[in-house]
Amino acid sequence: MSKGEENKGATTQRNMIQAINNAMDVCMERDDNVCVFGEDVGYYGGVFRATAGLQEKYGKTRSFDTPINECGIIGVAVGMAAYGMRPVAEIQFADYIYPGLDQLVSEAARLRYRSAGEFTSPLTIRTPFGGGIFGGQTHSQSPESIFTHVCGVKTVIPSTPYDAKGLLIAAIEDPDPVVFFEPKRIYNGPFDGHYDTPVLPWSKHPASEVPDGHYAIPLGKANVLREGSAVTMLCYGTMVHVTAAAVEELGIDAEVIDLRTLLPLDMETIEASVKKTGRCVIVHEATRTSGFGAELSALVQERCFYHLEAPIERVTGYDTPYPHSLEWAYFPGPVRLRLAIERVMEDVSGNV
Amino acid sequence: MASDTERRNLPPLELHVPEPKFRPGDDADFSDIAIPTVGETRRPDIADDHRDMPDLSYGLVRVLDDDGKAAGPWDPKLDPETLRKMLRAMALTRAYDGRMFRAQRQGKTSFYMKCTGEEAVAVAATFALDRDDMTFPSYRQQGILIARDWSLVDMMNQVYSNKKDRLMGRQLPIMYSTKQGGFFSISGNLATQFPQAVGWAMASAAKGDTRIAATWTGEGSSAEGDFHSACIFASVYRAPVIMNVVNNQWAISSFSGFAGGDETTFAARAVGYGLAGLRVDGNDALAVYAATQWAAERARTNNGPTLIEHFTYRAEGHSTSDDPEQYRSANEAADWPLGDPIARLKKHLISIGEWDEERHAAMDEEVATQVKTAQKQAEKNGILGHGLHQPLETMFEQVFEEMPWHLKEQMQDMLDENDAANGVCKTR
Repeated sequence: MSKGEENKGATTQRNMIQAINNAMDVCMERDDNVCVFGEDVGYYGGVFRATAGLQEKYGKTRSFDTPINECGIIGVAVGMAAYGMRPVAEIQFADYIYPGLDQLVSEAARLRYRSAGEFTSPLTIRTPFGGGIFGGQTHSQSPESIFTHVCGVKTVIPSTPYDAKGLLIAAIEDPDPVVFFEPKRIYNGPFDGHYDTPVLPWSKHPASEVPDGHYAIPLGKANVLREGSAVTMLCYGTMVHVTAAAVEELGIDAEVIDLRTLLPLDMETIEASVKKTGRCVIVHEATRTSGFGAELSALVQERCFYHLEAPIERVTGYDTPYPHSLEWAYFPGPVRLRLAIERVMEDVSGNV
Repeated sequence: MASDTERRNLPPLELHVPEPKFRPGDDADFSDIAIPTVGETRRPDIADDHRDMPDLSYGLVRVLDDDGKAAGPWDPKLDPETLRKMLRAMALTRAYDGRMFRAQRQGKTSFYMKCTGEEAVAVAATFALDRDDMTFPSYRQQGILIARDWSLVDMMNQVYSNKKDRLMGRQLPIMYSTKQGGFFSISGNLATQFPQAVGWAMASAAKGDTRIAATWTGEGSSAEGDFHSACIFASVYRAPVIMNVVNNQWAISSFSGFAGGDETTFAARAVGYGLAGLRVDGNDALAVYAATQWAAERARTNNGPTLIEHFTYRAEGHSTSDDPEQYRSANEAADWPLGDPIARLKKHLISIGEWDEERHAAMDEEVATQVKTAQKQAEKNGILGHGLHQPLETMFEQVFEEMPWHLKEQMQDMLDENDAANGVCKTR
């Protein structure tokens, strides 16, 4: 839980999946226009179990399986939303979202604008993304910057069970279409980037204490995970934990900012931090070229140029497909982070 | 597995690229198009299983014969007053098209698309639907709005992108949208409305509503993945939806063969998906009405979706941007074996003694005047390119319900740019 977000009522220890499941449960309970669907979502409860129990509780017309057809899933969601429902569609892996892209980019995202507000698309697309699970190139991608490039859609990426529930509720209740990327590497525990050591379960992490009731984390509000003065670390999703771990291991007084929402972006928090630290490292797992880091880097440069003590660094995946066997060489892990932090901490004269 | 040596003796493979029978300069002859006689295509009960009616996907629902007589099991037996209303809506659609096409040629707007020869497909279908059923049209179903008595001035305001355009000048002309008119926002990305209509229908069913959805696409766009997504979802969930494929033979310059029309009918796709399928004479307003009524009743009584192919002909160009003389035979429209929908309904009304040439001429004059009056009124609100009709700020509004900071910032940049240009554009 970050500062300023207080919740009343009982909490339950939940991992990321359970928190996401609980968010949908809470929304379905409160609003019978909310329905969930996708491949294997209904009876089975999703391949990652995110919708487990919802069909049993709310019936087959509110939680159901779909054909393996992402264009249909998103297209049908647009029609349902136009009717007045609040569909929450699951795309089983973000890598599968492309067949449905036109329905999201040209339809859901544009409907309010092109109909001057008469028809809207208050739909949510949930989709697991990112690597680190030996998923190979078709179960590991991070396509978030495709969506931030589209006008009319919001892009949200949680990093903890607490945030996942609060952000997903906000996404479902949002009047505009939201793509909600779930970092699947941290579904079961906060991954620190050390793939060769056992992963801690969420139960050891304070953000797994998830309130049982309704709460929403506003979209467009970042979370300052760790305050510091030496360098600003901008990250989201799985990379929040990898970055936080690297910062602790290096013993550097970094300010770690979990963006939580890429669009709308909390530029105020970013700008204040970089002006304070004078240095900035951007971390994401997605490929580098035209990745969201490029946008962040441009924004920081435009707004904080005279405060910068060193060139902005980007720690990212490489511009290759996500390799299966070389997964950990691809993944932007502790070493890549350390090298970038070392570079950014050099002052302009080249002295460390 | 065959060896390389064996392969050398095989005939070379051949790639088939479809070709229309007639091109510019040819004398188009449609005598080989098989047209079943009126009454030949049976009318199953609305509760019949779709499995028992694959023949309907290869037949042709017809009501009006060549002499304008209505007959057969599909005759909807409409009263003369309804027939006259339908005729008038088609005539008004044609008059509206003519006027707006000329307006584009006069430089009053950027683009226009007529539906000449296809008026029945939208108008007669709309007459068979309930007023509160939801329509998801493509760009050639302006007849829906006209059949629902929607304001011509409002439509023209959209075509002119003027200051009274409810869509704020954001959409290409003819991409109408009106929730009140039960007319979903038209997309320029083809066939996207198909799965959306199915989704709307699924929601209506899930909510226990009684309204159904109807959607239209051209035969060319039925090749899009969205069409097939819609078919599978409609079939799986038995959505209360009518899916219309308007087979007007041409997709810009590509004939229907490039959408698969040489190999089978478009209605036949219903068979593979497990949908009820009908193939209808799209130039016969009574057949379109009857088929739509049948499909609507099926949908409304939980008997599932219907795919309807309307066999028709695009009598004019695709839009104001192409010249059909460059790619098809000049006499095609005139020689189309299924005639013209307005002429056929007129003939029928005359044949039953409910209409005559004088009344028809009077009606034509009346709709022409109606359109002209509406045009004058709409043009008072401005025409495209003659001044900016929307304040600059509207460009940034309704991208999201609430404007995020980055759009506010870009809006300010735009206003600064306008100031630097000495305020040439209108602002709030």
